[in-house]
Amino acid sequence: MIETLTFTYPASAHVARRAHVGAVASGNCELLLEPSPGPSASVTVRTSVGGYAATWEAVLARFFARHSIAVRLEIDDFGATPAVVAMRLEQALEQAR
Amino acid sequence: MTPHIGDSYAERNARERARALLDPGEFREVLGPFARLRSPYLAAQGVTSQSDDGVVVARGTLGGARACVVATDGRFLGGAIGEIGGAKIAASLELARRDAERGTPTRVVLAFDSGGIRLQEANLGLLAIAEICDAVVALRAHQPVVAVIAGRVGVYGGISIVTALCNEVIVTEGARIGLNGPDVVETEAGADEFDAANRPLVWKVTGGRRRFAQGHATALVADDMPDIRAAVEDAFVRNGPFVAIERPEFPDPGLEREAFLRAYGITP
Repeated sequence: MIETLTFTYPASAHVARRAHVGAVASGNCELLLEPSPGPSASVTVRTSVGGYAATWEAVLARFFARHSIAVRLEIDDFGATPAVVAMRLEQALEQAR
Repeated sequence: MTPHIGDSYAERNARERARALLDPGEFREVLGPFARLRSPYLAAQGVTSQSDDGVVVARGTLGGARACVVATDGRFLGGAIGEIGGAKIAASLELARRDAERGTPTRVVLAFDSGGIRLQEANLGLLAIAEICDAVVALRAHQPVVAVIAGRVGVYGGISIVTALCNEVIVTEGARIGLNGPDVVETEAGADEFDAANRPLVWKVTGGRRRFAQGHATALVADDMPDIRAAVEDAFVRNGPFVAIERPEFPDPGLEREAFLRAYGITP
């Protein structure tokens, strides 16, 4: 079944626009990133591969430590590896800036 | 037709295919990812949903004329059609028919890449295919309906039926058109009958070159955007802006039933 994970990080910087990257395809994930008015980043992950909450936390914590951006982020995952997720995050940020 | 690394259509995703088919700078997506029209049925079956349900509807112009490109995303569940994606396709066709009736036609290009109906939404997918077929036939009374089959999946199942209803079907050598997919045929009839792992065989039977030779496709082009765009433009020019195409004549149902019974050795 689908596992839903939520994470929140403090954020100070803002992004200019929303971004859509990736796809719900094998080994891939889809990201919807939108600017958020508040001083935090909120992330919702929906994944068909359960049991990897700690890995998601590690990948997302590293990204938001590097980029303190106030956004609302939704990730729909179809078995993306941490490396793929990290690249999708950077790609979304590149589009949103 | 020589294979070369160029401006590939197949390597683009559905959204970028739609963008590349429309005139440069003319791309306006309707009900895009941020509309969040997800399938409500997939999560309960343990399948992740996609924000656009695997169908991109883009409006813009094509050769200067108002146009709508509908592209299915072959990466998401093999481009298979569910309730929402199906409704997006059917509604696009129905709105184009309404435009035609008002004298302000919209060219429609169906950029399909789809394994057919999404098994997780089987009945709703079947219903969607029926609606899409009906909408294609209705639109054909006003204008040509053009399909571009040049993706990695090809078209199978219900979407191959929709493709067969189109006036113009543009294919590449890498495209495939078939009713039952190779794996389905192998499962039903055995690997001796059809070996789905034999890729040359699959393309020899269902590939774009064969389908063009058989008359199931109207144009065979290279996997290169300028060639595909030219073929699309040609498809509309060749058919003229308005070509009334009669609804297909169906045989008398009584006679058909008799023929059916005779074929099975049953005396009516």
